Amino acid sequence: MPTTGTVTTPTGTADGVGLRGGTEPLIFEKSSPGNCAVSLPDSDVPAVEPASAIPADLLADAPPPLPEIGELQLVRHFTRLSHRLFSVDTQFYPLGSCTMKYNPRINEHAAALPGFAGLHPLAPDAMSQGALRLLFELRTWLAEVAGLDEVSLQPCAGAHGEMTGLMVIIACHRSRGQNGRTKVLTPDSSHGTNPASCTLCGRHAVPVKSNARGRVDLDDLRAKVDDETAAMMITNPSTLGLFEDQIAAIAEILHDAGAMLYLDGANMNAIMGLTRPGDFGVDVMHFNTHKTFSTPHGGGGPGAGPIAVRKHLAPFLPAPQVVKKADGTFAWDFDRPQSIGRVRSFNGQFGVLVRAWTYIRALGNSGLRQASETAVLAANYLAARLKDAYDLPYALPCMHEFVLSAVRQKARGVTGMDVAKRLIDYDIHPPTTYFPMIVPEALMIEPTETESLAVLDRFVEVMLRIAAEAESDPDALHAAPTRGYIRRADVVAGDRKPNLRWEAE
Amino acid sequence: MASPSDRRYSKSHEWAKKDNGQVTVGISQFAVDELTDITYVELPAVGAAVRAGKAFGEIESVKATSELFSPISGKIVAVNEQLADDPGLINNDPWEAGWLIRVQPSNATELDALLDSQAYDAQAGSH
Repeated sequence: MPTTGTVTTPTGTADGVGLRGGTEPLIFEKSSPGNCAVSLPDSDVPAVEPASAIPADLLADAPPPLPEIGELQLVRHFTRLSHRLFSVDTQFYPLGSCTMKYNPRINEHAAALPGFAGLHPLAPDAMSQGALRLLFELRTWLAEVAGLDEVSLQPCAGAHGEMTGLMVIIACHRSRGQNGRTKVLTPDSSHGTNPASCTLCGRHAVPVKSNARGRVDLDDLRAKVDDETAAMMITNPSTLGLFEDQIAAIAEILHDAGAMLYLDGANMNAIMGLTRPGDFGVDVMHFNTHKTFSTPHGGGGPGAGPIAVRKHLAPFLPAPQVVKKADGTFAWDFDRPQSIGRVRSFNGQFGVLVRAWTYIRALGNSGLRQASETAVLAANYLAARLKDAYDLPYALPCMHEFVLSAVRQKARGVTGMDVAKRLIDYDIHPPTTYFPMIVPEALMIEPTETESLAVLDRFVEVMLRIAAEAESDPDALHAAPTRGYIRRADVVAGDRKPNLRWEAE
Repeated sequence: MASPSDRRYSKSHEWAKKDNGQVTVGISQFAVDELTDITYVELPAVGAAVRAGKAFGEIESVKATSELFSPISGKIVAVNEQLADDPGLINNDPWEAGWLIRVQPSNATELDALLDSQAYDAQAGSH
């Protein structure tokens, strides 16, 4: 029988947001005294008055204002929030440079196996043989993909790998009595992490210009390399999605000056099994396991950024190193007197490394190569179909990603950002915008190898439609997105006056 | 729109304007248009030395973080304190209220090496 009371209209339907639209209150705003999501058994430990155990000056005045909420309300709150996410599992996500490839479920299965998930990181070698074998095999396989001699699995992110690689380079120079190598060269198209890693290592980054083809300007490189140069950090394929076809000459210029070549392996997804950094003159490189070997990007981590090095740098790698002993068993080797030491507690990001191992094992040699070939094919297909509607600053073929410029749309008052935001209305994640910085109104697109032709074709159709909208109704694009859960965010206010709170207002 | 002719310009899009022997420094409308909404400016303290062609601070927008290069050598006599609370002043009025620093130049003839407004607009437009 109907009851009296107010029936509220579902929020958001008026502007097309849908039943689950509107503002989701903070969990603190849903708090109601006395509610609880867990039921604990009675404590069989005698209660202790906090004041009798903790010094008065360390004691808070009041308990923390945690929300009080029942289990079902809790589940609904976070499930509702999760429905608002853009993710690889729900939408096409062509975010250039980030390689948002699908994360196969078998990776999760392997990482969750109790023998891996429940293993204590300080368990003795004899009780960790399976885990050590996995790490040793991954070490060996990554060295093979890199074409280099030895690998450290310790660094826990790509940028952490950069820092570790530079520390190894510096330690090697120092062992040769060369303490004056304070410069590190970085192309002007490089990832921002490269110069940041130089600074962290007490070196200074010197930018090297790109030429009209988007490759390194060799004259500028020759002018800047000298006996104070420790290394050059290069991304190949570059952030423009182009293979650096002068890479052998670049390596020679650096090596002739006693400097080393560091490869930012962010774009290894384009060249697995096709060419090897060690074969084109690289001395040190890092892998981003989330970009190349399908480990999750989720929530900013955890990540892994293993580094591979040439033989002369191996003694300086972090310790301990996983090794295979003469009797076929596996162990941690701490006896590495020239090592730069630990860069990470325990054994690196083990769960992530299990996922990378699983991916490589599942695909095998030919599968890795096919993944790269398909990623390159997908990017070239999109670029070829979009190059008439948008400007393509660098000639095809590209590698696994390409950069469009929305300068033609800008002339109509529509920026690259407007195009990117409009994609949200079509249920597609925006590409990377305004990077690399040497391309005006840059839209950096990376489809990855995991999308079907049907998804790629729909993306082309949407991009062409947005280009037409930029001609016919440029003002409408400034308002985009108009169909998502939120409208165009006020980025300046978000930056200057963020509303961060953990209590009900 | 033409840049004001009462000042000189660097190729890196800073302007420098002589005022009673001192030089006021800011960034051009072109730079503002390229940066889009500015969220933060990091400037040195009064008394700090600046050198022509060298970085003296950073400017952050929703799009990118860029270095600010001094068009002139000398000592900073004033910084635009208002920008700390309201960096959007640069967006609204880059030529006047959105100025960055005021410098006591050590060699005012350095200004002669900079571009005039016509030459600056020609090179900025060619981008």
